[in-house]
Amino acid sequence: MASEQMRTDVLEPGGAAALRSRRRFRPLYLARRHKLAAFAVVILAMMIIIAIFAPVLTPHDPAEADGRIRLESPSLTHPFGTDGFGRDVMTRVFYGARISLQVGGIAVLVAVFIGVPLGLVSGYAGGFTDAFIMRLVDAVLAFPGLLLALALVLALGPSIFNLMLALGIGVAPVYARLVRSQVLSLKERDFVLAARASGATDARIMFGHVLPNTYSSIIVASTLTMGVAILTEATLSFLGLGVRPPTPTWGGMLNEAGDLIYQSPYLMFFPGVAIFLATLSLNLLGDGLRDALDPNLRNRV
Amino acid sequence: MTAYLVRRFAQFPVVLLLVTLFLFVIMRAIPGDPVYAMMGEPEESFDREALAAMREDLGLDQPLPVQYVDWLADLARGDLGSSFLYRQPVHEQLIDRVPVTAQVGLLSVGLAVLIGIPCGTIAAVKRNSPIDMLVTVVAMFGIAVPNFWFALLLIWVFVVWLGMLPATGFTAVWENPVDAFRTMAMPVTALGLTLSAAVMRHTRSSVLDVLHQDHVRTARAKGLPGGLVVTRHTLRNALLPVVTIIGVQLGTVLAGSIVIESIFALPGLGRLTIEAINGRDYPMVQGVVLLFTFMVLLVNLLTDLSYAILDPRIRYG
Repeated sequence: MASEQMRTDVLEPGGAAALRSRRRFRPLYLARRHKLAAFAVVILAMMIIIAIFAPVLTPHDPAEADGRIRLESPSLTHPFGTDGFGRDVMTRVFYGARISLQVGGIAVLVAVFIGVPLGLVSGYAGGFTDAFIMRLVDAVLAFPGLLLALALVLALGPSIFNLMLALGIGVAPVYARLVRSQVLSLKERDFVLAARASGATDARIMFGHVLPNTYSSIIVASTLTMGVAILTEATLSFLGLGVRPPTPTWGGMLNEAGDLIYQSPYLMFFPGVAIFLATLSLNLLGDGLRDALDPNLRNRV
Repeated sequence: MTAYLVRRFAQFPVVLLLVTLFLFVIMRAIPGDPVYAMMGEPEESFDREALAAMREDLGLDQPLPVQYVDWLADLARGDLGSSFLYRQPVHEQLIDRVPVTAQVGLLSVGLAVLIGIPCGTIAAVKRNSPIDMLVTVVAMFGIAVPNFWFALLLIWVFVVWLGMLPATGFTAVWENPVDAFRTMAMPVTALGLTLSAAVMRHTRSSVLDVLHQDHVRTARAKGLPGGLVVTRHTLRNALLPVVTIIGVQLGTVLAGSIVIESIFALPGLGRLTIEAINGRDYPMVQGVVLLFTFMVLLVNLLTDLSYAILDPRIRYG
């Protein structure tokens, strides 16, 4: 109900100023209220920095194999040790962050660009269009996520881009359903009626008035689905059906670590922790954002 | 409610039809001629006439819509085609594999219920206590830990380090319960972890909701012992949404079985999926995907129906 209150504040004299001042202190306020979400932001920021500056942060090359230093334990020159090909594990975990974050981020963008317009049209148009789009969404949701990604990658061919596309198509229905349910209630509201009375076209009402009111829930869903996409990518790469070696991915590294579990069990530690931290912090951030932006949404995503 | 039930039933075949169409498009989009994959030989080694004859035989020379309708007709007869890899009808191979996946899946769900419901209930009743904190943290971890990594960690501890359990192998529960326990312990724990976390979370929030309702206050006011209030008045109402969640999690179980069965070399549907994909056995891939989605749709339908029947408070617009 809090967000509801804030939206009506804007309409009252002085309400806008109050809203601005409340916004200005929000990050700090949020960090204090949601310690876990703040922790998540720190972890994610670190991962993004590591992904961007990976070549600067480590002197090694992720593909640089050296048969003389196979399976070395962690040391000062190789803090996470070396793998079965004598490659530096820390370097590969760092470069793996690039793949995971890129795949997760772009998959979410794909999902937003497919799912949001579908949900918007579905909720706004109603009737047969709505029924048809929703059955389509049901059909896609019937495929277990991993299986859909497997089948799509098989059809499109194995490449990072196709993987992003496949994961995006898999989570797009989440956005379609979410936006549709919001549009259904938004389109009955007075400000939409006012826009219509003043002669706004359907397109203008949809994109100018209804869509902006769904942004906060789209942002919440984005963080949560990015976690799902990263986990699915890691699973596919672990199965050897996602991003192909020698590209360093966390899932792929765990695949290799699994084969060497008797010789060097520590190999599976760091890539696993990386996947875990990425998913955990995206989940925590999503929960925190949901509490902050849209408490009504609590049980929907 | 009758209108809702009728509509829900009517949706089922429509969605199923869309699923088959979607799957047909995906399978036809796979690059390369299925005939080559079927022969399992390099393309150059065929003579053109034999190839054309084979295409005609399989109906691959027909326009795509005709092929789709033919395929649907086959499906309606229960004919899923034959496997390139196993040289036998797809449905026979599927039937062979179902018991393994069913055993792993059901045990995992059982474990999730045994852990998730008591923990979630205690956390809700003792809200904001250290126990609640612990349950919340464990649930958070359970959702974020990748199940294949957890499986590797289990193998490391119980196989490599302690040498207590075999790393691979499958025994049916009804054949040898002791061996079955030894082979099932790790896969079921790995698959059950995410599920337990989800069940814990939902039980906690559902019990919290019910605890604040009037009838619970009345039960307390009339002097009923605390334990009875929780078991008889709260849990009975709180568990309905939790059952729904377990139904919805079927997709997670099936997707998880693909990974877990590969790691522990269990001869179930999940491992079959990977074998079929790696062996380019398209009819088998198609069969497995169809079986999985059909089961998900069916369980979703049953869950929705039971919910509508058991909880008359919900109005369906």
